[in-house]
Amino acid sequence: MSRKGIGFSQLPGLQFPARRRINRSRAGNMLVILFLLFCGTFTALPMWFALITALKPLNELWLYPPNLLFVRQPSLRNYADLFLLMSESWVPFTRYVFNSIFITVAGTAGNVIFSSMCAYPLAKKRFPGSRIYFRIIVFSLMFTQTVTSLPAYQIMSGLGWIDTYFALLVPAFAMPLGLYLMRQFMLSIPDSILESGRIDGAGEWKLFWILLMPQVKPAWLTVIIFSMQGLWNMASSNYIYREELKTLPYALGQIVTAGFARAGVGAAATVLVMIVPISVFIFAQSNVVVTMASSGIKE
Amino acid sequence: MPRLNDPRYLSGPNRQAGRQTRLRRLADTIRANRSSYLFMAPFSVVFIIFTVLPVLMAIFYSFSYFNLLEAPRFIGWTNYRRLLLEDDVFILALTNTALIAVVLGPAGYLLSFMFAWFINELPPKIRAFLTLLFYAPSLANIYIIWQLFFSSDAYGIINSYLISLGAIFEPIRWLHDARTLMPVVIIVLLWASLSTSFLAFIAGLQTIDPALFEAGAVDGVRNRWQELWFITLPTLRPQLMFSAIMSITASFAVGDTITRLVGFPSPSYAVHTIMHHLQDYGYIRFDMGYACAIATILFLLMVSVNEVVQMFLRRIGK
Repeated sequence: MSRKGIGFSQLPGLQFPARRRINRSRAGNMLVILFLLFCGTFTALPMWFALITALKPLNELWLYPPNLLFVRQPSLRNYADLFLLMSESWVPFTRYVFNSIFITVAGTAGNVIFSSMCAYPLAKKRFPGSRIYFRIIVFSLMFTQTVTSLPAYQIMSGLGWIDTYFALLVPAFAMPLGLYLMRQFMLSIPDSILESGRIDGAGEWKLFWILLMPQVKPAWLTVIIFSMQGLWNMASSNYIYREELKTLPYALGQIVTAGFARAGVGAAATVLVMIVPISVFIFAQSNVVVTMASSGIKE
Repeated sequence: MPRLNDPRYLSGPNRQAGRQTRLRRLADTIRANRSSYLFMAPFSVVFIIFTVLPVLMAIFYSFSYFNLLEAPRFIGWTNYRRLLLEDDVFILALTNTALIAVVLGPAGYLLSFMFAWFINELPPKIRAFLTLLFYAPSLANIYIIWQLFFSSDAYGIINSYLISLGAIFEPIRWLHDARTLMPVVIIVLLWASLSTSFLAFIAGLQTIDPALFEAGAVDGVRNRWQELWFITLPTLRPQLMFSAIMSITASFAVGDTITRLVGFPSPSYAVHTIMHHLQDYGYIRFDMGYACAIATILFLLMVSVNEVVQMFLRRIGK
């Protein structure tokens, strides 16, 4: 791709690839940029508002009308109040934090391992049932867990898993989207890598862990993002009734239901919860994009 | 691989022997691929127990009366007849679900594509930032903030601005008034509608060979819309199909978000969806048979809309 542009594309930071200049009018570009600015502002506003509200001292929280964009004297008072409220909770607050971290980490790890193991033969081999199996996986992308939740409850209670971590973890291991993305990405890994290992006499298990898994790192980072997004933000579950097993979003939701009186604390809690998946996404972003490039459905 | 449908084995006096040979060969192939099945076993066991089996059970229970205490009793189509002919709230839930899906599905899909397409033309650093910005709403769980925006008192952010601008004199009860609930819910859902499909489009657009656009320009493609229609869309068909599934399925699965925003049940059932109805009958009234009939209808609705759209997308550019 030639990057030799002319005019303002030579300014540092404005390196448009040359190809992008074909068929683009300046007026059109301006419209697109205005549109993106407008929608970007709408998208950013609630998140920005959460950030600044969390930093507002009490007197600024009660300003009328509230200041949407700025905070004059930022303070960490709301965070301090949040921790104070946490320490008063019936179940030690660290327990909610532990539950959320444990469920997210263990569920995500299981999901990555189970889906990549299952994706390997589906992507690299042909055997009786392989095509119909993949068809079923694509089909299962078409409905959500709402459909299965009632019978799943009965299965859980039959297994004695109600009010245990298993009820939250095990179903998360077999997320069809994870398997689907993993398989599509593995298709793009050249077979020659595995062939060379076979010639050296490596068994299937070794081929998978040592040769294939490092190659599909972008795919597992992507599965991690999608998996943790659901698990970390999970506020309630139909399978959990014991207070000791409930999660951080649930606990924070309980603290901040008091409306405007606790707006600052609520915003602080929101920021603390949202910062985790967003930072993981920033870290994994380029890998996610690489993986999603192979996500299409090809006949 | 042995030809399992070899005509020699399918007819004539050798049929019996043929079937045995076929079965033996199948068994041999399966044995030869033992390791593949072992690799698939952990995922498959969980998938069968928590996805396949529940779907079949839901369909089975939907034809029965089942209250979790007594054994299910077969009652034929009664649940469905009750749902469709006698249950006004279900019809309301169905209408609400359809309305949200009709707005949110296509809008989420088109917005995902448009943003991805526009962003794709920008320099890499800005592109990465905007990708993060537009995707962040589906990572962030900030319904508390939306509740502050649409709070029903005069201190609610939108109310306070409208009042100080003189547009209204009394606060609007956004999250309590049946007339404003649906638009508010749709705005919040739209805000978070750039999800998996958006990432798929971003990625797909970056992999299109730039030579295609140059060739197109030589062949007479004159503006960005022609380029979109003749080059970008046909090249992107695999992503278009995948993203359609993601957007459609997401547009039917909005129940949780609505509950977090306005609670359950919603005032006057204004944003009551099929999922809420299922929640009501399954976990509050313990009428499992009836709730499973709701689940089955939701299942058929999601799958059939998806299949129809896939059929349609497969024909693009053919």
